[in-house]
Amino acid sequence: MRDIVIRAENLSKQYRIGEQAHNALRDAITYSVKSFFTKASSRATTRAPSTIWALKDISFEIEHGELVGLIGRNGSGKTTLLKILSRISSPTSGTAEVRGRLGSLLEVGTGFHGELTGRENIYLNGAILGMRKAQIDRRFEEITAFAEVDPFLDTPVKRYSSGMYVRLAFAVAAHLEPDILLVDEVLAVGDSEFQQKCLKKMRQVAYEGRTVLFVSHNLTTIQALTNRTLLLDHGHLVAAGPASDVIQRYLRKPADTRATVYELEHAPREAANLSRAVSIVRLAFDHPTNRLPVDKPLTVLASVRGNTAVKRFAFTIVISGVDGLPVGTVFGPETHSIEQGELATFQIELAQLRLSPGSYRCRVGVTQSYNAGSHHDLDLVLDVLHFELTPPADANVVQDWRPGWGPIRFAAPKVERID
Amino acid sequence: MNQTTFTASDPLTASPSAAVPVTLIRARHPWFEVNLAELWEYRELLYFFVWRDLKIRYKQTVIGIAWALIQPFFTMIVFSLFFGRLVGVPSGGVPYPIFYYTALLPWTYFANALTHASNTIVAHQQVITKVYFCRILLPISAVLAGLVDFAIGSILLFGMMFAYGITPTWKILWLPGLLLLAILTATSVGLWLSALNARYRDVRYAVPFLLQFWMFASPVAYPGSLVPHRWQWLYGLNPMAGVIEGFRWASAGAAPAPGPLLAASSAAVLIVLVAGFFYFQKMVRTVADVV
Repeated sequence: MRDIVIRAENLSKQYRIGEQAHNALRDAITYSVKSFFTKASSRATTRAPSTIWALKDISFEIEHGELVGLIGRNGSGKTTLLKILSRISSPTSGTAEVRGRLGSLLEVGTGFHGELTGRENIYLNGAILGMRKAQIDRRFEEITAFAEVDPFLDTPVKRYSSGMYVRLAFAVAAHLEPDILLVDEVLAVGDSEFQQKCLKKMRQVAYEGRTVLFVSHNLTTIQALTNRTLLLDHGHLVAAGPASDVIQRYLRKPADTRATVYELEHAPREAANLSRAVSIVRLAFDHPTNRLPVDKPLTVLASVRGNTAVKRFAFTIVISGVDGLPVGTVFGPETHSIEQGELATFQIELAQLRLSPGSYRCRVGVTQSYNAGSHHDLDLVLDVLHFELTPPADANVVQDWRPGWGPIRFAAPKVERID
Repeated sequence: MNQTTFTASDPLTASPSAAVPVTLIRARHPWFEVNLAELWEYRELLYFFVWRDLKIRYKQTVIGIAWALIQPFFTMIVFSLFFGRLVGVPSGGVPYPIFYYTALLPWTYFANALTHASNTIVAHQQVITKVYFCRILLPISAVLAGLVDFAIGSILLFGMMFAYGITPTWKILWLPGLLLLAILTATSVGLWLSALNARYRDVRYAVPFLLQFWMFASPVAYPGSLVPHRWQWLYGLNPMAGVIEGFRWASAGAAPAPGPLLAASSAAVLIVLVAGFFYFQKMVRTVADVV
């Protein structure tokens, strides 16, 4: 039997936008007097505040022990969903059932008071988040060790550096022990070492069999951490499933990912200070489709126009993963030349990329070297040549490459028995 | 990291025998639905809220806790001079300082508790919109935190009684009961005002005004016996009338026993309290969206 701990059915939340209707008592009085005389039928017309559905008919189930990611653009309803599940606000319609004690962390340091010391705030914040005093007593050492604020425990937190403040706040929350933990984008704070520590802690929480639902804009984190991801778009739940699939869906811009030809002569450039001495006119895959097996070479056709005569230039391609982080870069030989007004097409073959299955996009530049080994771009286009690598046809190769293994499939090592 | 500390199941959070709590989240709840068990579950948080209020109350002040005495003490002096000496309010033979201080002690407590309580939801909006807890603890804790000031003020009362040679009688045993009535009055009105304040910020401006009127509708500056006998029951609907007359009677014998007055006061408080409780419960379900 599946052990469902959160079941949401048609959750919807409507917000008024603009001026709240009766923020002053005067409005409430005039409104009720008016509606008393005008009767219910015309009530809707007397004042129709504009509304927005922050969530619309959201239904999903989360099982015990799952680590679920929640992604979506700003304003897509992620925080609203967490607020409804944690009973901070009520849905406009629909229901949700939550089994077990639920703790939510929508902000670090909720209820911290600047005048109180670190020690006092640990107790206060812990209690607000739903911990018992005995529980905080038992966890106290761990919390202070995690936060690394020991020498400052008896200093008011208003004298803390912002880093210390955040570490202490997260440490308290991390030692909450609810059955279900809801976490909003709170890891964006703190230095990267501390972020790693927090992620490790969250994974640990999930290993203990607690259920975690967490919001992040860091897609690498989502991909590395979650079993399943929900995607919200304008209040609708548009996708749910394995993180890599949902992230792809999230990043996809309509019509972009299937394209094999990119016309770029008049497309705006995002990089500044490009001389455009050599300008990229068109980029295309030299394949009928942009989906290909991982071990096939990737071939790109690049057409460029010389706006002035250039003696030597090279192509560079930066390949990024779905999260936008570069995976690697290639520099072509700096041997090409072009006349003013000339249009030239080059075939660029990338063999032996050794990328893992997944989706990628490219940044293509025309560069020139100067001084000792430095380059500057004559032209540069971002976010083009989307392609998808499928698992290899060869059954002897690992088929289900996991995201956690990284984007590069190194060449098979040479292993010999020597003793 | 020590793995065992995390795998050990915590008897406080996950008692294996207890049924897993199931929370139903719905759009509408019946108006009578209240969760008293929750109030009990969050009792420790109530303690922490009170504790925090006390910790921060007089932080970064020069004379600190002395403020708890200054307000009733100086008001007592002013009242004794103006209402007592100049106007000649009949105090029934009780020295004016005692006559006024026995009224100002509960009144000051009540007025401060109500002011804090009515502001408490708005003051905590940052927390309310970020985490769920039993909201009713906020006004309750504000009312309870004021008791420390009251206790300090009481010491002064006993000091003054000693100085004026007034021996406490058995009637002093009524004081805790009268104090409870003051607490309940502040709580019941505080529930209404804090919930209303979340939505209508007019409350913030109305409260000082309300308290000014209320003080004149209570026997603070004059004895309750000045109110004609046939209107006493109506006067008693103001719970602070019963509390203040009771304080005068119980501590200094400075008023007739306020029996009927107290009965009416208690009934009035009970009604306002129960209604306020339901109103507050209804209101807080949407408070995070409107505050």
